[in-house]
Amino acid sequence: MKDVFGNRKYVIRGMVILVTLIFIVRLFSLQVLDSSLKSEASDVGRKTLYPVRGLIYDRNGVLIVGNKPIYDLMLVQKQLGEMDTLAFCKYLGISDSFFRARLHVLSTRSWRYSKVRPELFMSMIPEERMAVLREHLYEFPGFMPQVRLVRTYPYTAAAHVIGNVGEVNQKEMDASNGYYRPGEYVGKDGIEKYYEPELRGKKGVKYYYKDNLGRDIGPYRNGAFDTLPEPGRNIEISLDIFLQVYGEKLMKNKRGSIVAIEPGSGEILAFVSSPSYDPNMLVGRQRGNNFRALLHDSINKPLINRPLRALYPPGSTFKPLMGLIAWNEGAIRPGMGYPCAGAYHISGIRIGCHHHPRIHNLNEGIQRSCNSYFCESLRLLLENDKFEDESDALDTWSGYLRAFNLGRKTGIDLYGELSGNVPDSKYYDRLYKGWRWKAATVISLAIGQGELTVTPIQLANLYAILANGGKYRMPHLVRSIAGQDTIHRKYTRYRTVPIPEDKIKWIYEGMENVIRDGTAGLARIPGISVCGKTGTAENPHGADHSIFTAFAPRENPRIAIAVVVENSGFGGTWAAPIASLMMEYYLKGEIAPERKWLEDYILKADFIDEDNEAAESGQ
Amino acid sequence: MKRRENLMAYLDWLSIWLYLLLVAIGLATIYAVNFDDGQYFFDGSLPHMRQLVWVGISVFAAAVVMILDYKFFSAMAWPFYAFMLLLLLLTFAIAPTINGARSWLVFGPVSLQPAEFAKIATSLALARYLTSVDVNLSQLRSQLIAMALIALPMGLVVMQRDIGTALVFTGFFLVLYREGFPATVPVIAFYVGLLFVSTLLFGPVTVSLAITAVLAFFMVFIIRNWKRLKIRFLEIILIYLLSFTFVNFGVDMLFYKALQPHQQSRINVLLGREVERGANYNVEQAKIAIGSGGVLGKGYLKGTLTKGDFVPEQGTDFIFSGIGEEFGFVGSSLFLLLFMALLLRILWLAERQRSSFTRIYAYGVASVLFMHFLVNVGMAIGLLPVIGIPLPFISYGGSSLLGFTISLAILLKLDAYRKLVLR
Repeated sequence: MKDVFGNRKYVIRGMVILVTLIFIVRLFSLQVLDSSLKSEASDVGRKTLYPVRGLIYDRNGVLIVGNKPIYDLMLVQKQLGEMDTLAFCKYLGISDSFFRARLHVLSTRSWRYSKVRPELFMSMIPEERMAVLREHLYEFPGFMPQVRLVRTYPYTAAAHVIGNVGEVNQKEMDASNGYYRPGEYVGKDGIEKYYEPELRGKKGVKYYYKDNLGRDIGPYRNGAFDTLPEPGRNIEISLDIFLQVYGEKLMKNKRGSIVAIEPGSGEILAFVSSPSYDPNMLVGRQRGNNFRALLHDSINKPLINRPLRALYPPGSTFKPLMGLIAWNEGAIRPGMGYPCAGAYHISGIRIGCHHHPRIHNLNEGIQRSCNSYFCESLRLLLENDKFEDESDALDTWSGYLRAFNLGRKTGIDLYGELSGNVPDSKYYDRLYKGWRWKAATVISLAIGQGELTVTPIQLANLYAILANGGKYRMPHLVRSIAGQDTIHRKYTRYRTVPIPEDKIKWIYEGMENVIRDGTAGLARIPGISVCGKTGTAENPHGADHSIFTAFAPRENPRIAIAVVVENSGFGGTWAAPIASLMMEYYLKGEIAPERKWLEDYILKADFIDEDNEAAESGQ
Repeated sequence: MKRRENLMAYLDWLSIWLYLLLVAIGLATIYAVNFDDGQYFFDGSLPHMRQLVWVGISVFAAAVVMILDYKFFSAMAWPFYAFMLLLLLLTFAIAPTINGARSWLVFGPVSLQPAEFAKIATSLALARYLTSVDVNLSQLRSQLIAMALIALPMGLVVMQRDIGTALVFTGFFLVLYREGFPATVPVIAFYVGLLFVSTLLFGPVTVSLAITAVLAFFMVFIIRNWKRLKIRFLEIILIYLLSFTFVNFGVDMLFYKALQPHQQSRINVLLGREVERGANYNVEQAKIAIGSGGVLGKGYLKGTLTKGDFVPEQGTDFIFSGIGEEFGFVGSSLFLLLFMALLLRILWLAERQRSSFTRIYAYGVASVLFMHFLVNVGMAIGLLPVIGIPLPFISYGGSSLLGFTISLAILLKLDAYRKLVLR
């Protein structure tokens, strides 16, 4: 075949040569002619400028997480001279052997530590100590302090909400797409972790000319490429820090949780996980040791976030919802009475009940917390003809529970939440492989026992939903983030449950009578109508857990609360007074003098040492 | 013919030496740009050691190519092409987004970029198609099919948002040009490009006036030589009107509608229309690093700007800045000449073939390498807008090294059998 276009090869070769020549000419102008670029040839260093981490305020604008200076002491070994080692160690509060060991490491590992550049001698020295040393610093040539900011928590409370800040680990660095470098700090838990991108701000960078020792001798290109750090955003969270501190005080020497929610908004008012710890323990030099100590405290387990992760059967606090479901599905009428004979019998199973007057309607059932009444309600629901079979009926029942956010995460802005367990027909089919289960098998669900488990925050949220007539927002902590117009939409959107408001409001009467003349007389607050329900979560490992859930005032509720006190027995004795004190404190700002005795009674109660003694004597 | 011994004898060793030299420079530069005092040389997690593993894989792949039958490549051109199209489609569907593009297939610790191999497949497919009996590039049908062969993989790469690699595919027009594609197309493309850039630079009004002046000049010229010229009056007017519309409406549309904001700002920076800090940071830093190299450079491992990580992506797309800083004008010019030598050698190899298939394939390889060279170096020295594509054989990255090595190996294999092939 004749190659007609053979000459075109010269055009293509010409292009290749031409491009190369253009490049070389350009290089000549850049590298040989342009002297402005050549003057850049001196050494240039790069320094990361860290932004100030955002502050955290409570709902009343009280600062709960601040920043304070802490010092790293740097040493230039070349400048080290004659000095009074003993005095130096005294000012710093370190031992002579520590001093010598540090110096030994710095001087012998020469491939890692420079003799002429400042190297870290001792990190995280608090301001108080630095103040002492600073006056004498001239006596110790070669040492210089370097300041940086760490967290400080003025109220030493809400550790499980706030979380903490620590050095970034490999996993976090990998996940950050190169944002974090080794040695940088990152939110490790709680709000600090959840809102890390907002709180951390944006790093800046500074370029500078270096001398032969690597020292900064002026800005590079007059700072043309420098960027300023952008400070982190301040966050206002929904906690009332004084209520929080009060709650932690009440829960001292008790295991358990308090979660208080503002019903209309879904904002968390108090979030107590007890036993707790002082968040300041996780700041500074002792962070590592303290963290290990907290982690290995197998008796108190202070790091467990109980409101999010402790699973309890809701016990009798579930009864109002049970009654509402049965009523809404037409299985019972609210006027249904039931003759409780001290126990409920079904297919040979006996559910005991305590002594109480005859029940004439649903509200009396709630007021007296009658087990038989709600077992009968569940049986009527499960065996109702409108459903195909018990499976269908039970799935309808668990559908209601899910609508009330039980058995699934509430979506609060904290990590590590558990979803609890709401059994449905599939669950029991799996549990009783091949065996047919029926109403009698699952009857204890009616009184909040059995396979049903919930977290304290779900329980508080359930009563916030009841308090708000069936409309609710996801529980959340964030109120506003500075410099950002809105918080996440999921926290502002209303969700509704499939039970009409008038039915929900109808049972308020029963819940108010629980306090007025029922199982929780200790929860009475003078001048405020409280609606609540006691509960006792059966605990196969020891004494039962005391639970109380409530909201107040009955008209336009401003607070819904769930209190769990582990291993303390009946709900009315311990959880109810704690909840009432919390509500009184929040609604009135103080505890009435005639109720001071109740406060003392709670503050003195100790279920942890008692427990340990019991465990010891049992051995 | 005793094939085994003859293969070694007929291989083009000059190309191989040039290739090995470039790969060695690449490894040395990757080591330099990631160099840090006190690191352990044989640390397997360091880029140069990882790249060394890829060199081993590439050499192994080249050896496999050498063992395959030389007829294999033309026979497999179509299946390979179809397979690569499918793979590109698959990549678009399942790939994660990395640096804004969805062009990587990730298998555990290894990620591959199918687009690198699609270039080989396209070269082979073009060669196969253009050597078919009934193909004539002066006919519209053949022109359209040939362009479609290029446009298909290119379109898929654009869908992956990998604009740099898509741009490389336009290089295949050099192959078509060599094989007889009408020269008017590149001329028109050049004319449109000129209008586009000058409109951005000087504004539509000035450019409109300029083309009107040119038209007036032509008019006078045509009317004077009416008898002798065959150009028709109408065609000139049509070209003028099209240019006028493009300058006044098309450029704005193309620039503001078709391009992403970051691409607009890169072009603006290049044309000096914008001095925003973020946009020109890479280029400014690369220019400073290269410029600070001076005549002789700062010496190997002594590039202070390189060591200070000033130039982003300096191991991959901006690796030329490391060469410029450490080896200076002399060293980097020598490097460019070395690269040019390899390109010219491939073009020369192409022309000594009796087989059109091998010639066209060789032009395909040369075009792809040339486009990478042009765009990558042009970007690093601030002549072209920032488009991230690797510098062949030099940049850090396994897919690109493997892809270029295989494409070169296929060429050398075909070239070694040039006396056997008569097609």
